[in-house]
Amino acid sequence: MNTATLFGLCASMLIGLGLYGLLTHPHPLRKILALNVIGSGIFLLFGAIAFRGAAAGMNADPVPQALLITGIVVAFSASALAVALLLRLFEVTGDVSLANEDPAAHKDTSKDRPHD
Amino acid sequence: MTPSLALNLALALLLLGMAGWAVLVRSTQAAVIGFMVFGLLLTLAWARLDGLDVALTEAAIGGGLTGFLLLGAAVRLRSVEHRATLQAPGLATRILAALAAGSVTLLLAFAVLTLPSPAPSLAPAVAENIAMTQVGNPVTAVLLAFRALDTLLETLVLVLAMLGIWSLADDRVWGGRPGFAIAHDASGILHYAARILVPIGVVIGGYIFWIGADDPGGKFQGATLLAAMWLLLVLAGLRDAPRVSSQALRLWVVLGPLVFISVGLLGSWLAGSFLGYPQGYAKLMIVTVELALLPSLTLILGLLIMGAPKREIGR
Amino acid sequence: MTESPASLLLVLAVLLPFTGVIFGLLIGGRHVRTVALTTVALGLAVIGGIVWHALGTCSGSGTAIEYVLGGWSPPLGIRLRADGLSVLMLLAVAVVISLVSVYAHADFAPHDSGKETRAPLVFWLMLLAIWGSLNLVFVSGDLFTLYVALELLTFAGVPLVALDGRGETLRAALRYLLFALLGSLLYLLGAVLLYGAYGTLDIQLLSQVVRPEALSWAALALMTVGLLAKTALFPLHIWLPPAHAGAPAAASALLSALVVKGSWFLVLRLWFDVMPNVVTLSAAQLLAALGAAAIIVGNIVALRQLRLKLLIAYSTVAQIGYLFLMFPLAFGLAFAGMDSAPALTGGMLQTISHALAKAAMFLAAGLIYLTLGHDRISDLRGVAQALPMTVTALALAGASLIGLPPSGGFLAKWLLLSAALESGQWWWGAVMLLGGLLTSVYVFIIVVRSLAPAEAGWMPKTRVPQYQQMAVLALALSAFLLGLAALSPVDLVQLGRTPLSLLRGTP
Repeated sequence: MNTATLFGLCASMLIGLGLYGLLTHPHPLRKILALNVIGSGIFLLFGAIAFRGAAAGMNADPVPQALLITGIVVAFSASALAVALLLRLFEVTGDVSLANEDPAAHKDTSKDRPHD
Repeated sequence: MTPSLALNLALALLLLGMAGWAVLVRSTQAAVIGFMVFGLLLTLAWARLDGLDVALTEAAIGGGLTGFLLLGAAVRLRSVEHRATLQAPGLATRILAALAAGSVTLLLAFAVLTLPSPAPSLAPAVAENIAMTQVGNPVTAVLLAFRALDTLLETLVLVLAMLGIWSLADDRVWGGRPGFAIAHDASGILHYAARILVPIGVVIGGYIFWIGADDPGGKFQGATLLAAMWLLLVLAGLRDAPRVSSQALRLWVVLGPLVFISVGLLGSWLAGSFLGYPQGYAKLMIVTVELALLPSLTLILGLLIMGAPKREIGR
Repeated sequence: MTESPASLLLVLAVLLPFTGVIFGLLIGGRHVRTVALTTVALGLAVIGGIVWHALGTCSGSGTAIEYVLGGWSPPLGIRLRADGLSVLMLLAVAVVISLVSVYAHADFAPHDSGKETRAPLVFWLMLLAIWGSLNLVFVSGDLFTLYVALELLTFAGVPLVALDGRGETLRAALRYLLFALLGSLLYLLGAVLLYGAYGTLDIQLLSQVVRPEALSWAALALMTVGLLAKTALFPLHIWLPPAHAGAPAAASALLSALVVKGSWFLVLRLWFDVMPNVVTLSAAQLLAALGAAAIIVGNIVALRQLRLKLLIAYSTVAQIGYLFLMFPLAFGLAFAGMDSAPALTGGMLQTISHALAKAAMFLAAGLIYLTLGHDRISDLRGVAQALPMTVTALALAGASLIGLPPSGGFLAKWLLLSAALESGQWWWGAVMLLGGLLTSVYVFIIVVRSLAPAEAGWMPKTRVPQYQQMAVLALALSAFLLGLAALSPVDLVQLGRTPLSLLRGTP
């Protein structure tokens, strides 16, 4: 098996692992972490594709590599925003739960609470 | 099995193991530490895939800054950790999630195995045109010439994320400083670390930035290292976080995008196309953009970690 | 291909709003609103120029407006491209943005002390950022640039959701962000696969080389699911109602009328322009089935709401459903070798009239809230007395959502209904009619309740400025009169577009 295929398959599994974590963890911070695992998997897959595109004396296709750098920076800013939002939610409510199903919470959102 | 294949295989298995740990382990802090190790291993994978620019970015941002960010949050949220995990989903949800994740993995694995050979590549097109950009590093040529628009937009993404984080401040402390005040402790370990590491870090950061035109490195990697040094100074209490209402701070934050857009417009005037470079001036214009981006990126990356304004002006 | 000085307007349409963000942040203080309104005025001129140019080419060469950035042509470089769909969306968004800006003039005024305050700074800068990101979505010709555009749109929308800082809006914003991030990652994953298979990310080039094979199907499926999560199509809609209903009225209007249209537009681009020969009719039917479920479930849940803003938010869930009915209709017609243009035009009209009508409704709900001090649907007495123009606007916007003539909604549904019958898919027509019926029930209830006289001696809680009412009425009137577009001598929708049947290779 060549390097690109090996890391491509590894990336596919990383994406699946991250997806499982995202869907099953109730803690938002774990969801953010899982999104980062998915993101890393996607980046690794793109890296493997870049490696397959070695040509013209270059060891890898530089276009996907450049896009990856952009992608990593964008993913970081997304994580930073999500973490800041989560910490603020914790500060304001003392909790980090994303569920609205909490009956007590449900009561006061559906009745008379002003929303403006 | 060749040694190279064995190394790759070991690396892939370690990656999967660490990612599995980060996703499945019970404690959030342990998961984050696992993720940071995963980031380091990923850096090695990039080196194996001949992506040194990406390896540097991954080490600096993907593993380093993101890990630091998540670890800080995990520590702050320790008190609700138990409550947050109580609402764990039932077996049915887990099975459904595993099925969904498994089918995505299978779909992707199948896609990976059916990728065409020989692989399509833009490397020849880059090789053909790189001389006109006057930079030696093909990744830099893509980022600042061929696909400069993406890089410009990416700096705007960073500005918006920073504004989004600032927007979470309490109205009463708007304009104030992010984070909590840290008392300077001249005998503390952080103080010594900052005193020793910061000068070295700044030199290395500047070096990585400077060689980026021709060798692996560049503004993002350099800026991340500088941002880390800035954070270290703040954590050690040697510098306070800036007020978000500070005019000087805002000027430095928008300098990069503003110069980038101006250079783009200059291109539409001199080279006939927005973000185009007139013959012979490409490198000068690229270096101008990179120089302007460096302080902006350093500040924004640091501010993204510091979070929303917390303290009133003057306190 | 048209590359004239006018093409540079495409770059300006994207970068002018962002330049406004930069200057707004730099100058800050009490000048943010002035910077934003100036940018909106300049931006309107740019969009006007693009529309003028498009109308010119419509009667002339009939080609799309293109701009190759930096002179590096694709696949190495990036091109911007505005066809009929882009131009219409640019125009509709510009109209909504400017009228929302007029409305928000008082709500997000600078503080009396002249000191910078949080909410106005964030609102005005994010309004500009949403505008720039959407314009980028409409004119970008590159799949990766579109990924960055999606992220920009998310980062501009999230702060608006959490603008008033209460716990429940923070929770809604975080849920929205997590959905949106997963959505853009799935989209990116699909784009990565397409690059691996075909070596380009340019939409025009891809459409020429994409083959109906496993890789393309995988990419299309992943990207579509990701975009549906961002568009909030049933059953991925759960994040939308709390996020849209919890924001201040002007922000809700932007989120509900505009932001969800960005990712929807990308689905349209992928299915109609990037991979029309990969799409199968059964996949399009599945998309419409989700749309039909959204229409039924969204409308029924809307009917059960006690608060006006939540009702309007659930109505958005339903209206998003309509946007996906056009897919099997257009592809059904193309498969049968018939002209698919009416279905596409119908879908575009549906999007635009919903954008105008939904903005009007959220803004109207904001004024009602100010007047009554609450927005309980059970007690809307006195609203018509205090806000006659606003109730008229609600009725007109509602008429467009239901699809009464001559509204934009009517023309849209008429075109879609004819396409359904022509392509032998009457069941989608039935869903549309049922949806219209359910919508008319809640619009009727709201309007009748607002017409009830107030108790003697009742006084409005706040006096609403006249211009705010006029902005709402202008939006509603635009939606209501959009149906007159049928009389337009030029068919802007088809500018620079190849008929679907040609792309699919059927006669």
